[in-house]
Amino acid sequence: MRLNECGLAKLVTMAKAGEISPLDVASHVVAAVEARERDLRVFLDFDKDELLQTARSLTDSGDYRRTPLCGMPVMIKDNICVKDKPISCGSRILTGYKSPYDATVVVNLRKNGAIIGGKTNLDEFAMGSSTENSAFGPTRNPWSSEHAPGGSSGGSAAAVAADMAIVSLGSDTGGSIRQPASFCGVVGMKPTYGRVSRYGLVAFASSLDQIGPVTKSVEDSALMLNVMCGEDANDATSLPGAVPDFAANLDNGLKGLTFGVPRDFLEVGMDESVKDNFDKLVTNVQREGARVVDVSMPHAKYAVACYYIIANAEASSNLARFDGVKYGHRTQNDDDIYAMYVRTRDEGFGDEVKRRILLGTYVLSAGYYDAYYLQAQKVRSLVVADFAKAHERCDMVMLPTAPSPAFKLGEKIEDPLLMYLSDVFTIPINLAGLPGVSIPTGLSADRLPFGVQFIGRPLDESTLLQGARAVEKLVDFREKPFA
Amino acid sequence: MPSFETIIGLEVHAQLQTKSKMFCGCSTRFGSAPNTQVCPVCLGLPGALPVVNVKAVEAAVKMGLATGCTVARRSVFARKNYFYPDCPKNYQISQYEHPLCSNGFLHVEGGEKRIGITRVHLEEDAGKLIHLEGDDHSYADMNRVGVPLIEIVSEPDIRSPRQAASYMQKLRTIVRYLEICDGNMEEGSLRCDVNVSLRKKGSDKFGTKTEVKNLNSFKAVEQALEFEIERQARLLGEGRKIQQDTLLWDSVKGESQIMRSKEEAHDYRYFPEPDLLVLDIPESLIQRVDTEIPELPDAKLDRFVSDLGLPKYDAEVLTSSREIAGYFEATAKELGDAKAVSNWVMGEVLRELKDKKIDISQFKILPRQLAALIAEVQSGGINMPTAKDVFRDMAGTGNEAKDIIEKKGLKQISDEGALDAVVVSVLDNYPQEVAKYLAGKDKLLKFLVGQVMKETRGKAHPQKATDLLKEALEKRRGS
Repeated sequence: MRLNECGLAKLVTMAKAGEISPLDVASHVVAAVEARERDLRVFLDFDKDELLQTARSLTDSGDYRRTPLCGMPVMIKDNICVKDKPISCGSRILTGYKSPYDATVVVNLRKNGAIIGGKTNLDEFAMGSSTENSAFGPTRNPWSSEHAPGGSSGGSAAAVAADMAIVSLGSDTGGSIRQPASFCGVVGMKPTYGRVSRYGLVAFASSLDQIGPVTKSVEDSALMLNVMCGEDANDATSLPGAVPDFAANLDNGLKGLTFGVPRDFLEVGMDESVKDNFDKLVTNVQREGARVVDVSMPHAKYAVACYYIIANAEASSNLARFDGVKYGHRTQNDDDIYAMYVRTRDEGFGDEVKRRILLGTYVLSAGYYDAYYLQAQKVRSLVVADFAKAHERCDMVMLPTAPSPAFKLGEKIEDPLLMYLSDVFTIPINLAGLPGVSIPTGLSADRLPFGVQFIGRPLDESTLLQGARAVEKLVDFREKPFA
Repeated sequence: MPSFETIIGLEVHAQLQTKSKMFCGCSTRFGSAPNTQVCPVCLGLPGALPVVNVKAVEAAVKMGLATGCTVARRSVFARKNYFYPDCPKNYQISQYEHPLCSNGFLHVEGGEKRIGITRVHLEEDAGKLIHLEGDDHSYADMNRVGVPLIEIVSEPDIRSPRQAASYMQKLRTIVRYLEICDGNMEEGSLRCDVNVSLRKKGSDKFGTKTEVKNLNSFKAVEQALEFEIERQARLLGEGRKIQQDTLLWDSVKGESQIMRSKEEAHDYRYFPEPDLLVLDIPESLIQRVDTEIPELPDAKLDRFVSDLGLPKYDAEVLTSSREIAGYFEATAKELGDAKAVSNWVMGEVLRELKDKKIDISQFKILPRQLAALIAEVQSGGINMPTAKDVFRDMAGTGNEAKDIIEKKGLKQISDEGALDAVVVSVLDNYPQEVAKYLAGKDKLLKFLVGQVMKETRGKAHPQKATDLLKEALEKRRGS
């Protein structure tokens, strides 16, 4: 059995039973990485010796069997800080920088027995939907090397899909976990905003960013959430309150659940194949005993416009600290401070990041703030209200994760607006701060995965995962990218 | 030249005396080695997030309540965006549209002048840049980054440089009473920017203002304002317009220079800080902080005047420091004679503190001991010049007045028999002076009294000695 192909839940069970060790798993993962990394370009940093060494000492000590994650490796999107490791955020501006501290989520993973593995590729500062904005080149979709893995957590999704990872962490600001999960045929989960501490996640848009897992099953996502969530004294926006066992109700099935389908929002359009896949699934879900109701989300279609004002405004400020003064890249030609700023940032940032900083700076400028930023905040509250109203009628809203299966590398990179629209179905969920999970729901004629996402009530990941798990069983997606 | 009215408003920054910084756990201690009190949060490292220091919030609420402000139950932190190497995130977390406190006031000039306070809000301090002579690099010390500040913005109610300095002094007194800021202007714990404009007398429209920054003493506030008022008056007098510039005061040269013009003014692109929640202030916090506010200088002053019968001037001097006022009051309570104590505290005590550059907490004479010393004078045990010597001894040693008087044999000679002998010997020793006195040179009496004091090593009761001398001289006139 190739252990790297197994899911987290299965491996944990086997490890607890003494059938396998962390070293067995790490060895299989390392072998897969060595075999596939050159084609897929998933990792920005991968230290196989360190991974094997850590796995070996855990295995020798035997302590791993008493921890929830049993010494299983977790790959980390390279915008999440791991102590003493380089963190690039897919950007040249952080050249040479190592984080002196662990993100809270990394601390939590370690505490629960995970091995922190390699750092995965992403669009620069998580800005993008294809990993093509990475300064270090794009990751390839394991299902087709001509296609994008989605983004921005494309490395994390491709790693799991290609069995180069058991699980990985992504971050989701406008769909950056769910969309690549959908493109790569894996499960991607964005928890409620504030569920997982953002401390140590390099901020793109602070009011939207949320860390979440990319996994091979809904159950694996639940196991990951169990060890990732919780209030953090270092993150003022993290939410108080008890963290339930997300795995407890997983197998309660479809019965008693109500799914809402926002027909009005679906009119924004999508590929015919995506629509077919989605509609068939809705019918299936209903046939298997769930209630399906129509809900209305009249403001969701404005979400993309609203998002690109708020997210860019926050980004323009969040990215101001990358200036060449303290760390990372600094221009050679640095004799004058303001020229140093300009040259450093010009050399260090890629086009998309510059575009967003410019847009964000513009919308916050004197005289424009009210027309853009304030107006966008009003739209945002309307989107929140849309979901609140929908959730009065259903336990979870159902949407395609993306309007198309994976697109080709190069297909949209020259047209930012077209690229932005690939997140049309994921962005509203970030604006509303709600939990959302994407699961694979089939393959296109070209053997590219479809994904459907479920959007739950605030902090009710349990019910959401129960529904997603039931649909996952129903779909029974067993395809693999490699023969 | 037309006569102008001066319009001044102040923006004062006070560093809060919290143990840790505004948004992280680093120490706020002053004077440590550069970059030793820093962490990922205050350094603005990638991924770090701010968390509000509740102690700083309480201090700001205290200031708001002490200056009659409305404390907002919900206020909002905002980012002020600008690039400068002393600001590691290149934005400062401050408050903008929704400050913590607003609409307050304070009084200066003995309660005659009311100055409105627009707002008191919380923010974080920046670092320090160090430029060394002959070194083409600049260095940054980030120890100060993130130290909590309150910014206190006044209404444009101030009408003269003197009044501006008084306002500043009053703010300093209040923050020190509240023990939220040490008020040390040299170390920059209290800093001030002024806005100033002129308008024709009788006009109700404001003229174009300029802002002067970097005022590190009360004197600088006054001087910079005088300089700027003169400059504006000269320009306006010549029929020229004032440019809305930001100026930098150079206290060595005694002049201000343009730092940036209106065109170069920053657009700070304020927006609500998304890393922090709305700052909710529960009513219970406001109530608790309110009970922690001590009697404030104005109330104390009134009480000193009405209850203790002090002249207003005395009360004002004594209440300018909570500690001095406390010392005075304790002493007055012991002695039961407030005015006598006030004279001693305003004279000898304050002089001693100034000479030794110490504050009252380091002062060796306890209120009880000072009261005992004054009582010695009042009972005629020692005379005033002796008492001042004893005071200096006490201030150095901390010994009791009684012991010093006894040990040094300083008890006043009031016994007429003993004084008589001295008087006779003085008159015998200075026949010429006696003769001149008797010839009408009254002034020589003082000289003769001085000789008696000298003979008794200062211990003679001055009035008694004078009386006895006069008596003896009159006798000689007759003979």
